[in-house]
Amino acid sequence: MSEKLLMKGNEALGEAALQAGCQLYFAYPITPQSELPEYLSRRMPELGRVFLQAESEIAAINMVYGAAGAGARVMTSSSSPGISLKQEGLSYIAAAQLPCVIVNMSRGGPGLGSIQPAQSDYLQATKGGGHGDYHLIVLAPASAQEIVDLTILAFDLADQYRTPVMIMGDGLLGQMMEPVLFPDRTNVELPEKPWATTGRKGDRPKNIIHSLELQSERLEAHNQKLQEKYADIAATQKRSDEYLTEDADVVLVAFGTVARICRSAIDMAREKGIKAGLFRPISLWPFPDEALARLAEKERVFLSVEMNCGQMVDDIKLAVDCRRPVHFFGRVGGIVPSPEEVLAEIEKIMAGRCDA
Amino acid sequence: MKLVFDRPRALADVQTHYCPGCTHGIIHRLVAEAIDELDIAERTVGVAPVGCAVLAYNYFNLDFQEAAHGRAPAVATGIKRALPENVVFTYQGDGDLASIGTAEIVHAANRGEAITVVYVNNAIYGMTGGQMAPTTLPDQKTSTSPYGRDVSSAGYPIRMAEMLSTLVAPQYIARVAVNSPANIQRAKRAIKKAFEIQVKNKGFALVEVLSTCPTNWGLSPEKALRWLEDNMIPYYPLGDFKVPKEVE
Ligand SMILES: Cc1ncc(C[n+]2csc(CCOP(=O)(O)OP(=O)(O)O)c2C)c(N)n1
Ligand code: SF4
Repeated sequence: MSEKLLMKGNEALGEAALQAGCQLYFAYPITPQSELPEYLSRRMPELGRVFLQAESEIAAINMVYGAAGAGARVMTSSSSPGISLKQEGLSYIAAAQLPCVIVNMSRGGPGLGSIQPAQSDYLQATKGGGHGDYHLIVLAPASAQEIVDLTILAFDLADQYRTPVMIMGDGLLGQMMEPVLFPDRTNVELPEKPWATTGRKGDRPKNIIHSLELQSERLEAHNQKLQEKYADIAATQKRSDEYLTEDADVVLVAFGTVARICRSAIDMAREKGIKAGLFRPISLWPFPDEALARLAEKERVFLSVEMNCGQMVDDIKLAVDCRRPVHFFGRVGGIVPSPEEVLAEIEKIMAGRCDA
Repeated sequence: MKLVFDRPRALADVQTHYCPGCTHGIIHRLVAEAIDELDIAERTVGVAPVGCAVLAYNYFNLDFQEAAHGRAPAVATGIKRALPENVVFTYQGDGDLASIGTAEIVHAANRGEAITVVYVNNAIYGMTGGQMAPTTLPDQKTSTSPYGRDVSSAGYPIRMAEMLSTLVAPQYIARVAVNSPANIQRAKRAIKKAFEIQVKNKGFALVEVLSTCPTNWGLSPEKALRWLEDNMIPYYPLGDFKVPKEVE
């Protein structure tokens, strides 16, 4: 596909997964991501691939475990309450080092919350979610095109590191229509997976996918191996984007949908003579702390804008090492902050700064 | 001299951790014999449960995945859908299959997933030290039913084979026991049939195997076999509950 197509984010994600070689997809319906299973339920049979609507998110993530362990590229998707149900499976998948992609088109919580967009699963996604010491790679696109690019990257990173990768979006991104371009993937070769359980043929020792280590020393060694992998990922896979940060006195930090709103607010602020800029984490884990720390070398303030109650603030404070003030503005419950609201917040901070 | 009894090739030459007299070992052997006889070891993938059989992957000479507690049928679904030419089986206890994993087994069966399920019912949670299971018999004493299972509060033991045989898609559902040589022979035939059905691509097959837990029943291995016969078989009748017409 070499021409631009107008697609909803959720559908673009589905198509990108297919282009990335996703062979199986398991999921349970939930708003606001249902366009994705609906799209794949049409497309996957056309391509002779597996679409299966599972009986629950718990079953879906365990089907992912089985298929990933069998060596296939596999994906599941859901939204916040369903992602909570997948946490047990994610812990097992991370422990057994199985590559797969999980999509969270997150919505307002806690509890059943709402079906409106939110970012209140940030901590769950970036700090673990399930039991035990593990991490997911978490990628947060901010446009339909970035959904495509990051989805393909997610499958590659999952295989490269044998680790689950989460695409963290929200209802707005999933349902918004935008032009997208799919890269040419015709000559892409997928990696061999000699560890997969495909049946023990000939002299090959049996392959076992498991996470049980009853001997403490062995479990500790396994944990250390996982931590080395996470350190390697943290050293090489931090991703972020910046907009007008060079001379900015106030740097907004926002990801996904909110980053787009912040750009508008920044343009409005610049028109009023306020030097505002945007730092946009693309990888939420590993958090792009070094790039943010570089911005903190200069005298300026930071403003985290989120669709939650401030879940990213600690990461920002750690990154800037508390050298600079970090403010927070957020809306929750499925309310998307308007550029005007964000602008008002920027003006308040700058005024306070002058007063001080 | 002719060798007449040997370890099945699909069984690893290792010591198991099962308690003396536990019939998990017999059931492992029957599964391995069936796999040998059908000559499918090179394309078989097993799924181990959480329960006493959690280490089953060490005891079979087969590729294996270990599932979270109760999730084996979902894991097996993922494997089978990824590798439709392979033979996939789960080996699950009654806590695993009939309590925490009821949704997964019912829906794998209902979809007619072409997998084989070996369901080991010993009427108790063995691994965690003998707590009440959904299959624990009325008035049976366990560490969490010290006065005996009170059916007015805990309900009645679940007959999974009967329940699942109400579904349309499953091809073969049977209950067997491993308490006597004759019953072990029948169990062997049923387990082999359950694998054969998958090899012939016929769909879902489940064999419920009544098994002993001498340790947590507080009985000698011999008395445990008798307890199974006297108490479990009357409540859990043996036999075929669903048989495909062609296999009949
Ligand atoms: C989510 C979860 N809950 C509880 C446990 C603890 N647990 C381990 S085995 C088991 C029950 C096993 O009983 P059963 O399935 O009957 O198998 P058996 O040990 O009797 O063969 C339980 C409750 C667990 N490992 N994971
Ligand atoms: S606890 Fe019971 S089921 Fe488990 S190995 Fe011992 S006898 Fe067998």
